[in-house]
Amino acid sequence: MAKYLFLKHYRGAPAAVNDVPMDRWTPAEIEAHVRYMEDFADRLRDSGEFVASQALAAEGAWVRSDGDGKPPITDGPFAETKDLIAGFMIVDVDSYERAVELAGELSAAPGAGGRPIHEWLEVRPLMTASGTLHE
Amino acid sequence: MSTAVDETALRDLIPGVLAALVHRGADFATAEDAVQEALIRAVQTWPRRHPDDPRGWLITTAWRRFVDLVRADAARRDRELKSFDEPAPGPAEHADDTLYLYFLCAHPSLTPSSAVALTLRAVGGLTTRQIAQAYLVPESTMAQRISRAKRTVSDVRLDRPGDVRTVLRVLYLVFNEGYSGDVDLAAEAIRLARQLAAVVDDPEVSGLLALFLLHHARRPARMRGDGSLVPLAEQNRGLWRTDLIAEGVTVLQAALARDRLGEYQAQAAIAALHADAQTAEETDWVQIVEWYDELVRLTDSPVVRLNRAVAVGEADGPRAGLTALANLDPTLPRYTASKAYLCEKAGDTEAAAALYAEAAAQAYNVAERNHLTLRAATLRQALPHDSD
Repeated sequence: MAKYLFLKHYRGAPAAVNDVPMDRWTPAEIEAHVRYMEDFADRLRDSGEFVASQALAAEGAWVRSDGDGKPPITDGPFAETKDLIAGFMIVDVDSYERAVELAGELSAAPGAGGRPIHEWLEVRPLMTASGTLHE
Repeated sequence: MSTAVDETALRDLIPGVLAALVHRGADFATAEDAVQEALIRAVQTWPRRHPDDPRGWLITTAWRRFVDLVRADAARRDRELKSFDEPAPGPAEHADDTLYLYFLCAHPSLTPSSAVALTLRAVGGLTTRQIAQAYLVPESTMAQRISRAKRTVSDVRLDRPGDVRTVLRVLYLVFNEGYSGDVDLAAEAIRLARQLAAVVDDPEVSGLLALFLLHHARRPARMRGDGSLVPLAEQNRGLWRTDLIAEGVTVLQAALARDRLGEYQAQAAIAALHADAQTAEETDWVQIVEWYDELVRLTDSPVVRLNRAVAVGEADGPRAGLTALANLDPTLPRYTASKAYLCEKAGDTEAAAALYAEAAAQAYNVAERNHLTLRAATLRQALPHDSD
């Protein structure tokens, strides 16, 4: 088993095929999309492959230490051009191929016109603890 | 024959049992562990043999466990064994003991998240695992938070009553968290508020209990089966729990009769006015605005002013609401959503749609974001052409 992180972007990913902002969809299309996402997570729970998922708020800031005794420096809100993560899902699957298959399904969630969005999702393997058999 | 243990009744005994141990000289932190273990043993053994005196059983079991824990600790530190006798049948429990625990667990030296966790465990009798699940953090994290909180308050000696307002704030936080996982935190907050109201004579405690009851009454109507939000005006009022409304109103009226108004009573009064309306149209918005005026006077909170502006929009028309809103800080949470709503009411559909979309982008929870996005989409559909 191996864990993979799926990252969905608000900004910064290549444009989706069906690239229409959500507030321009019809209410029925929004409802269909939300249902698809919930059903997707439920199916992964049933198959024993779900680990976690979380949506992120759109705002945020850069933060760094400014040295001893000084408060950290913040730089925010983010510039309009910054790559922005919208949310993530972690799955625990048997193979990279399975991870790609699942990310493909997630990307095909219905959007404007009821057609799949075909958005780009980032798929990243999580690093593992070193196995006891590979000392 | 084995029967399941009434867990709620069992947990009702917890503060008294813990207080009894502390009363006999046990230190709070160890006593709390001992009570928790006695609780687990009760759940395991009572189905087979239910004690005649559950509270006495718990005190005896917890005390023995406490002595074991102290001995083990003393042995570990290679100290002289301190001897503990079996407790003599203690004095009858004082209502003050329970109150003391509430104050201790809400002590101002604790952070809000620590106070919440400690209250749920030491007063509520929930397990660390249950609390961790409810707050969606790892069990080890919650265990650490609780044990640090216990250390923080271990030297606190309360020789005079604390400020009941600190306790009310903690219960308010618990209630507001709602429920996720197996534990219904709203129901737990109601139980704790009831228990507190029984031992302290303060109309604000009743006010908070009434507020909880009146909000809880609406819960069955607040979400659709798919988890989407239903705004108050669109809720099926037939689903509201009339038993909780009746109780909430009774508790509130008794509190208001004391003529010592506070913010929780005022909030409960607003909730009661909503509960009183058979339909959304029948809502007495004029009176609700008056209660918001009281709340502004009591709290001077910007969030209250924002809610008041929305109520003014209902009482005196959306233009009046927008005027009230104009004086407020636009970065307030839900400012944009409130403005969107008032614009929609005022017939400015295009501005409302844009504001709903903006509010969705600012939202901090998924159900709210979906709801606001849907409002934007619905209004855009109603526009003659898309504004693009």
